[in-house]
Amino acid sequence: MSEHTTDKRVREASRRRFLQAGAALAGSSAISGVAGSPALAEPGNNLPPNVPEWMKTPGDPMGSQPYGTPSIHEKGVVKNISKTLPQYISASGRTPLQELDGIITPNGLFYERHHGGVPTIDPAEHRLMLHGMVDRPLVFTMEDIRRFPSQSRIHFLECSGNPVYTKPYGKTASDLVGLLSCAEWTGVPLKTVLDEAGVQAGAKWIVAEGADAAALTRSIPIEKCLDDAMLVYSQNGERLRPQQGYPLRLLLPGFEGNMNVKWLRRLKVVAEPAYSREETSKYTDPMPDGTSREFTFYMEAKSIITRPSGGQKLTTQGFHEITGIAWSGHGKIKSVEVSLDEGKSWQQAELQEPVLTRALTRFRLPWHWDGSPAVIQSRAIDETGYVQPTLAELVAVRGLNSFYHNNAIWPWRIDANGEVTNAQA
Amino acid sequence: MPRRDLKVAALASAIAMLSAATQAEERYAIGRAATPAEIAGWNIDIGRDGSNLPPGSGSVERGRTVFSEQCAVCHGDNGQGGVGDRLVGGQGTLANPKPIRTVGSYWPYAPTLFDYIRRAMPQNAPQSLSNEDVYAVSAYILSLNGIVPANAVLDAKSLAAVKMPNRDGFVSDPRPDVHNR
Ligand code: HEC
Repeated sequence: MSEHTTDKRVREASRRRFLQAGAALAGSSAISGVAGSPALAEPGNNLPPNVPEWMKTPGDPMGSQPYGTPSIHEKGVVKNISKTLPQYISASGRTPLQELDGIITPNGLFYERHHGGVPTIDPAEHRLMLHGMVDRPLVFTMEDIRRFPSQSRIHFLECSGNPVYTKPYGKTASDLVGLLSCAEWTGVPLKTVLDEAGVQAGAKWIVAEGADAAALTRSIPIEKCLDDAMLVYSQNGERLRPQQGYPLRLLLPGFEGNMNVKWLRRLKVVAEPAYSREETSKYTDPMPDGTSREFTFYMEAKSIITRPSGGQKLTTQGFHEITGIAWSGHGKIKSVEVSLDEGKSWQQAELQEPVLTRALTRFRLPWHWDGSPAVIQSRAIDETGYVQPTLAELVAVRGLNSFYHNNAIWPWRIDANGEVTNAQA
Repeated sequence: MPRRDLKVAALASAIAMLSAATQAEERYAIGRAATPAEIAGWNIDIGRDGSNLPPGSGSVERGRTVFSEQCAVCHGDNGQGGVGDRLVGGQGTLANPKPIRTVGSYWPYAPTLFDYIRRAMPQNAPQSLSNEDVYAVSAYILSLNGIVPANAVLDAKSLAAVKMPNRDGFVSDPRPDVHNR
């Protein structure tokens, strides 16, 4: 270490203390710097007019991360997993929506829900069996599946219990609707594979079964199977992650997450649904009169502001961009409206291209915060003309025990010191 | 053969060849035939009418033993729930402000109990029970709910004949159900 730099450090010590007080990034800068020179780790030292430490020595060599991971300064951006679940074998983990930009969820942050843990499947010993009301019952290897003409499409996936209708509602966008993600999926249209086996007349449903420890089973209407259903082996360009069904899953764009059976091992073409436990005991929607809705497949239009959102803080008055995501299981988002005055008036947000069918759509609204308390919220309108309802409107029809398919508007309260909280909590 | 007939025959065979060609185009000849033995091994889903239930039978009495050894740790000694769902009670509560949904109060079809237990339970060792024990423990859970008598022995036929209290409790999806425009 040269005399010169040492002197400079001493001279700057007081200036740095100054900077520290105001530096919002103090925590993260504290872990940067060069090993063995603790003095360099002090915050502010890399700011202009100084030359940052990371410019004075070569960085990590090629190959130090054969599979890249996020910066160490983004360690906090992880799945949102409750620490107090009774058990973790049938459980879920949420996407940190408020930390993400754009419409594509990184594979490592894609939401998870499984009912018998995440199996470790050897693709060489994985088979898809297609049988039932078909002319030719078939067995496919993964190599077989990948030989079919492929397709890539961007679609969201959402768990139908996202969120429930009763308090406590959660604090952040992730707590509320984090069982939602979006990816580019690659695979083969299910119809192509069904044609290979020859579906017989009278076939109305296909029972899909996973190769996990829950052998999770759902019945899919044949119309969906012959429309936009896909057998998927890749997500965002790489093979599916184990949590997402490696090596093969079903994708039913716009249908509740549970039906998109992961670790898919069997498709049985039938005349009647299976009435499996997951479509009777669960994933049916109880109504106040004691009846329950069954086969409630579609995820209706929904949106949420992700910035500013619960748990965040506006540190200054003036310009802020309001941004969020909107989606509909029934097609494209037509428009998103934002209210800045507790729902009294609404204005059009700008939609970021591409606006795709059954995919997340990013919306934005420029905003000048004058420092006074506000309640902000968004509502989605899809191409069918359907308008996202308020929670009160939903509860008026469905009561509080319906559990699934809550697509309510979710307002955020911004108080005078800039703190953002759930306005409905 | 008259000329005209020849023409028709040629046309017919041309059409036949054409449609064979389109068929070949539609199919990729990928995958191989599934054998009956392979299908039998994996074809485990049971219809709500009991179709595809395997041979064998099990008694409530035997089911009590299976339950206490393999299920009670998660579902409670009397099926009252624990780490795993509550399996007993709640009949007549579905229209209450706090409904209790269990096998007894909510499930529409008894054969589904066999299907689910065989494929997914016990959670720590699924597909480990014999078909006899799955019948037995299904019978036991149904008897805890007062749906079959304590001396019941269930097989494919008698399990399919059980009428669950909430069989008619389900309605089809009426959405969009919120009219806010
Ligand atoms: C290690 C804990 C554990 C053991 C042991 C266990 N279960 Fe379960 N069981 C669960 C959990 C957890 C669930 C909920 C799973 C889910 O929702 O994905 C469940 C769900 C069920 C359900 C569905 C309840 C409903 O209303 O939907 C039935 C029926 C059931 N278990 C029966 C059994 C039987 C019978 C046994 C013994 C052979 C057994 N379980 C052993 C943990 C266990």
